[in-house]
Amino acid sequence: MDKRHKILLLDDDADWLALCRDLLADLPSRPEILTATTAKRALALLETESVRLLISDLKMPRIDGLQMLAIVRRQFPDVRTVVLSGLEDEDFRSRAYALGVDLFWLKTEMQRSAKQFNECLESLLGRENEGGFRGIQSKSLMDIIQMECLSRTSTVLRITRGPLVAKLWLQDGELIDAELDGARGEMAFQRLLAWKTGTFENLPPEPQRERTIHKPVNALLLESAQSMDEAENPALETPETAETNSHRKTMWKLSQLTREGAEFVIAIPPEGHGEPEVLGTQNASAMAKWARSTAKIVRRLGERIGAGPLAHVVGQNLERQVVFLQRGDRVFLVGWPPETTEQLPEKSRKLVASWDS
Amino acid sequence: MGFLKKLFGGGNAAVQQLPTGTITVDRDGQVVTSTVSSAYPKKLLRDVGRDVLEIFRDARAAQMPLAEVSLHYGSVRLTARELRGGAIIFVFPQTALMPTPTPSRS
Repeated sequence: MDKRHKILLLDDDADWLALCRDLLADLPSRPEILTATTAKRALALLETESVRLLISDLKMPRIDGLQMLAIVRRQFPDVRTVVLSGLEDEDFRSRAYALGVDLFWLKTEMQRSAKQFNECLESLLGRENEGGFRGIQSKSLMDIIQMECLSRTSTVLRITRGPLVAKLWLQDGELIDAELDGARGEMAFQRLLAWKTGTFENLPPEPQRERTIHKPVNALLLESAQSMDEAENPALETPETAETNSHRKTMWKLSQLTREGAEFVIAIPPEGHGEPEVLGTQNASAMAKWARSTAKIVRRLGERIGAGPLAHVVGQNLERQVVFLQRGDRVFLVGWPPETTEQLPEKSRKLVASWDS
Repeated sequence: MGFLKKLFGGGNAAVQQLPTGTITVDRDGQVVTSTVSSAYPKKLLRDVGRDVLEIFRDARAAQMPLAEVSLHYGSVRLTARELRGGAIIFVFPQTALMPTPTPSRS
C-alpha cells in the first residue's frame, strides 16, 4: 500500500511556513505537510500523528529549537529531524548535530539550492526500512566501532535504540567493556551488534572503568558476524547449534523477565500467522484471544472519538496488572505483580524491545 | 443575513471536540450519569461505554477479570473501573508537556 509520509514544519514565522509548505509540495513522494508555530503545538501533533520527519527552526519563543530537538529525541526517537535555521553560527550547527539531528541547513542555502534540499529530505523520508545509525547512515554498528578503534580513540559510546540504552567503553582504540540491559562484557557486546538501527553519541572517556573484555575487538566482531550469518541463514546451522541457539534465546528472555520483575510475556501474532510466543503463564491462548479482541475494540474506539494513536492499555485486578502494547503487527501482553507501580508502561516497552532485539 | 445563513449555516464544523469528564454506564451500556459537555454527541458516549464494557466482559471470559482498565491514546486517556457489571469511566485529555491527573486508587 502506498503510504504518504508526514512532515511536520515548526517555525514561529507563519509566512515562512507557507513558503516551505509550497517548496515541500514538490517532493516526488508527495508527503503530507503539517505545520506548527509553537513547540507546544508541534509536540501535540507528534503525539497524535505518525510524523516521519520534523523540520524545526532554532530561534523560537518559550521552547527554542534545541530544547525541542532534545525533547523529540527522547520522546520520539524514530522521528527524523532537520534543522532549518537563519543562524549562521557554527556553534549552533555543532550543538544541533550533537543532539543527533539528521540534517542542518541554513534558510538562505535552502532557498538557493531548493532542489538539493528536497533530495536530502526525500532520502531521509525513504530510509524507513534501511539499517544505519543516526548521524552515520548506512553504516552498521560494526563499522562505527571499527572506525573508533582504528583511530585509537578513547571514548564512551552511548547507543540508544528506542527505550534500550547500551554503552561501550573504548580506551586507546581497545574495547574494554560493554553494558546492555544489565548484561556486561562480551555477552552485552554480542547482543548489541545485532542492533540494525539506533542513535549514538560520544561521551568523555572513563579510563578508570574496570576491564571486562580482553579479546581483541576484531576477534569479537568476527565471531559476531559468524553467529549473525547463522541466524539469518538457517541452512548454515547444524541441528545442534540451532537447538543451542534456541535454548540460549529462551534463557535470555527468561533472565530478562526475572530481572525486570515481570510475571509473563505473551507475543501475539495477527490471526492466522502462527501461535503466540509465551513465557511465564499457562493461560496464554485465552489471554491472546482477549488481546486480539481488545486490539479491535481500542482501534475502533480511538477512531470514533479521534483520540489519536494508542500508546498502551493497562488492566489490573487484585492479583496482577497487565500491560497491552502493540509493536509492528504483533500485540504483547506483559503481566506484572500488583505491587509494581512505577513506570509500568515504560518497563514493559523496554522488556518488549529487548525481547525483540 | 438570511441569505448568508442559507449559504453558510447548513454544515456542521468538521472538528470534533475531545471528551473530558466522567461517565457512568450500567451493565447494558446505557449512560446513567455524565459530566461530559452536553455538546458532546450522546451516541459517542454510548459507544465509549459499550466498548469499555466489552473489554471487561472479554477479560472475564479469558479467566482474567479486571477491576480497572486504562486506555492511553495520544490525545485522551480513559480510565474505567468495573461496577457490578457496569462501569465508571474517567476521560482525561492528554497534553504533550504536562502529566494528567490520576484517579486515586483507594
